[in-house]
Amino acid sequence: MPALELQDVRKTYGSGDTEVVALDHASLAVDGDEMVALIGPSGSGKTTLLSIAGGLLAPTQGSVRVGPHEISGYDRGQLTKFRREFVGFVFQGANLVPFLTAKENLLVVADLAGNKGKAADQRATALLEELGLGHRVGNLPGQLSGGERQRVAIGRALMNEPELVLFDEPTSALDSKLGEQVMELIRNEVKGRGTAAVVVTHDTRMTHYADRVVEISDGRLAA
Amino acid sequence: MKTAWKELTRKPGRFLTAGGALTLIVVLILLLGGLLDGLYLGTTRALEAQSADVFVYSKDANDSFFRSRVDAATRADVAAVDGVESASGLSVVQLPAHVPGLAEPVDTAMFGYEAANTRVPAPPPTGQAFVDRSLQGDGIQVGQTLGFGPARTPVKVVGFVDGTTFSLQGAVWMDPETWNGVVRENVPTATLAPGASQAVLVTPEQGVHPAELVAAIDERVPAVTALTKQDAILGIPGVKDQKSVFTAIIWVTFVVAGLVVALFFALLTLERVPLFGMLKAIGASSRTLAAGLSLQAVLIAIGAFVVGGLITFGIAAVIPAAIPLDLEARRAVYTALGLVVTALIGSAISFRRVVRIDPATAVGGS
Repeated sequence: MPALELQDVRKTYGSGDTEVVALDHASLAVDGDEMVALIGPSGSGKTTLLSIAGGLLAPTQGSVRVGPHEISGYDRGQLTKFRREFVGFVFQGANLVPFLTAKENLLVVADLAGNKGKAADQRATALLEELGLGHRVGNLPGQLSGGERQRVAIGRALMNEPELVLFDEPTSALDSKLGEQVMELIRNEVKGRGTAAVVVTHDTRMTHYADRVVEISDGRLAA
Repeated sequence: MKTAWKELTRKPGRFLTAGGALTLIVVLILLLGGLLDGLYLGTTRALEAQSADVFVYSKDANDSFFRSRVDAATRADVAAVDGVESASGLSVVQLPAHVPGLAEPVDTAMFGYEAANTRVPAPPPTGQAFVDRSLQGDGIQVGQTLGFGPARTPVKVVGFVDGTTFSLQGAVWMDPETWNGVVRENVPTATLAPGASQAVLVTPEQGVHPAELVAAIDERVPAVTALTKQDAILGIPGVKDQKSVFTAIIWVTFVVAGLVVALFFALLTLERVPLFGMLKAIGASSRTLAAGLSLQAVLIAIGAFVVGGLITFGIAAVIPAAIPLDLEARRAVYTALGLVVTALIGSAISFRRVVRIDPATAVGGS
């Protein structure tokens, strides 16, 4: 069973003459340990596809399945619970909680899912050590470099052992060298865990880390 | 909730404006309440101290203690009503007392009473009086002989009692005979006939509700009006007006506190839309975020209450004793509760905005 399966997904805004098609009959399957790079120009529908795959947006039409979960019919509350338990997100520019330490940023996810206590604390510490941030657990995001912040964001995305991790331009705020390091780390982490990953990027120099590259243009996925 | 708590403790500057404004509002509410209580208690303590639950005035007095005159026969009728356990007389007149060694006389409320109450023992022998301890500050001491009124009628001070002010004056407590003697020499028109008093204080028998006894006395004795103690206290000139004016100001101040919290949290929520969007994207529900807002509002309100309370105590310690400020624990508790409720309501104004934050905004760009 694919970790992510989009079938004939459409997303439109407005109606009639003012209708805007953001995603047009898109179908995509990502296997359990596969890393897919999604590339395309601005306004092509990358973000919309990522948002629908992660349960942030509901499709206008079509089916969205993440593992065994068919989420296209979920209501707002069900989608919140789904995101909390089954999907990891890495946002542009890390987007960490500025007043929480690196470790606490990871623990927020565990806390939201109700996984409190020593086990969560140990997992957060272990993840940060694995990401090379063992010496930074108590630092606030403002005290970390751009690369370190992005690594914390990766740790946060992996904290609840999701079935699918979605990366939104993870290297956009980094220089080429740091970008390469982060992409390599992403690949190692998702491959090491057998987690499916979709990486939205406009930087074609980073796509060789992915198992497969999918192009999107005007809301349509290339065949 | 944990995240909200950490934001509050690690970014206190973000909440300083609201906290500061609320602290000033707390000081205002506590001072206004303290002044209200000071005025109210300063005016009514002597009546509050009475053990009796029912006050009886003559009908023609129109609920005024000062105008009331109940003669001996009417008093006997009142005492004969079913449900009355005891009836005793109480009279008051405001007269200055000349203190030995002082050039200026001291204003007092002079009571003639027959039975002990919660703060004053049974009347001392004729020619003697207990005085309220507040008069100690005016130079009155035990053992002195005070001269009352223009006639300087002598009455010896034999002890102090606490918490018996009336019309913001310290009370002087003496038996009816001494009281009548002082009045006869200084205000002849106010002299009472033997056995008469201005008010009759009635204690109901066990199991009889004061309101029932009020109705029974009104029905059985047409020459009088019976009032519960609370109604009699509110009937003192100015008390009801003071209370309603101050209470209205305090309510308006609470509304202002609510608006401060509402406005502040509306702005803060607007500022935190990207953060809330991201938290929603990783699985925080609107309810969790709203609960965090409420927690922050309540903690700010509690912090403002503590700091505002300390400031108020500081002010109370330095203001002149002549200003009737009385900081009561009961009012402090009500203020704290009112502030917490106001903060909750104020923060709830932002809930709608929180619910409408779209988690998809966390994913940006293309």
